[in-house]
Amino acid sequence: MIMFWLGRRFALAVAAVLLLVGAGLAAAAEHAAVTIGDFAFKQGTITVKRGTTVTWTNKDDEPHTVVSEADPKLWKSPPLDTDDSFSFTFNEAGTFKYFCSVHPRMRGTVVVE
Amino acid sequence: MSDDTSKPGVSRRRAMSCMMWGSAGVLWTVAGGVPRPFELTGEAQAATTKDFSFAQISDTHIGFKGAVNPEPGATLKEALARAGGAKPAFLVHTGDVSHLSKPEEFDAAAELMKGAGLETYYIPGEHDTIGDDGKLFFERFGRAKGTGGWYSFDQGGVHFVALVNVVGLKAGGMGTLGAEQREWLERDLKHKSASTPIVVLAHMPLWSVYPEWGWGTDDAAPALAYVKRFGSVTVLNGHIHQVIQKVEGHVTLRTAYSTAYAQPAPGQGPGPGPLKVPTEKLRSYLGVRRVELIHGKPAALHDATLEG
Repeated sequence: MIMFWLGRRFALAVAAVLLLVGAGLAAAAEHAAVTIGDFAFKQGTITVKRGTTVTWTNKDDEPHTVVSEADPKLWKSPPLDTDDSFSFTFNEAGTFKYFCSVHPRMRGTVVVE
Repeated sequence: MSDDTSKPGVSRRRAMSCMMWGSAGVLWTVAGGVPRPFELTGEAQAATTKDFSFAQISDTHIGFKGAVNPEPGATLKEALARAGGAKPAFLVHTGDVSHLSKPEEFDAAAELMKGAGLETYYIPGEHDTIGDDGKLFFERFGRAKGTGGWYSFDQGGVHFVALVNVVGLKAGGMGTLGAEQREWLERDLKHKSASTPIVVLAHMPLWSVYPEWGWGTDDAAPALAYVKRFGSVTVLNGHIHQVIQKVEGHVTLRTAYSTAYAQPAPGQGPGPGPLKVPTEKLRSYLGVRRVELIHGKPAALHDATLEG
């Protein structure tokens, strides 16, 4: 019985620690958003910290893509129809240019510090 | 609405052209005051030349779900009925068959197109090549062997060239043909007589209609240089969901209606998204084209909307 009680208390303590760690990780993972509208990346250049996940959301009535300009390409979204989103996490510092492969005059930049 | 070659610009060109017989075997035409010879190939040409018409449809965007036309399949059916009514020899589809390059969109489009019961020649639009450079599109609709999807064919003495200017688009650019395709075009046309009527198909306009919206092709000029020596050249484009024409010497370039939705006039509004029109007006913005090829005459282009 005592053994059981201890075990239960230990399990609760582990769970509490895990929760705290989880909350800490969530706080560390940064997010940034880019809206696509009127055939443009509305936040044309954004500056983010390493580890940031950038999410692009298409608010146009026309499909768009988000494709890295680097060779080889670092990422390539599927076609994003109206209200579709695509995310990419930037783990390295640098300047990352991208464009819409359907409307290649649409371009944007993510600067990762 | 219907417009044809009786448009002011074209009828003026017609009025200014007259024909006179020159030395044996050479027919001289005077267009815009500049005489130039047509080579005559006599009986050989007569044997392969016959008058015919074909229909152009474009930008069917199967898979589009926007409020302006939630049923592009229904308007495509209407367009095919209209196009087929004039008993064309065949159909050409100048791209954006699908909206998102999805297999199910291509399947639905192929099924609808089959309903027309007409031989159909396709080229892709940029909506047909998203993510896979047109692999799925070419599997279903391609005719090319050993090239990047471009091809040519002959019908009734007319030479047709079907180009691909929507693959490998470069950031910051417009449509592109690329060096390999341009070299192919030069070779393809090299041995054709200057009197062979030429019809060029390409999705994005082969002239800069409105570069700010990407409505053009970066290397159109060097490609068109190869067709300039021909007496009659008709360039049929899609992409901009409206009819705009440019005439350059003997080269007539004209964009086409969509069968799905309209786009704004160049520069009108923030971007080239679907034009919001009342449902009851939609069909006056959609349409098909009939192209008449009558021996010895410039190609006659007749655009008709789905209204009425």
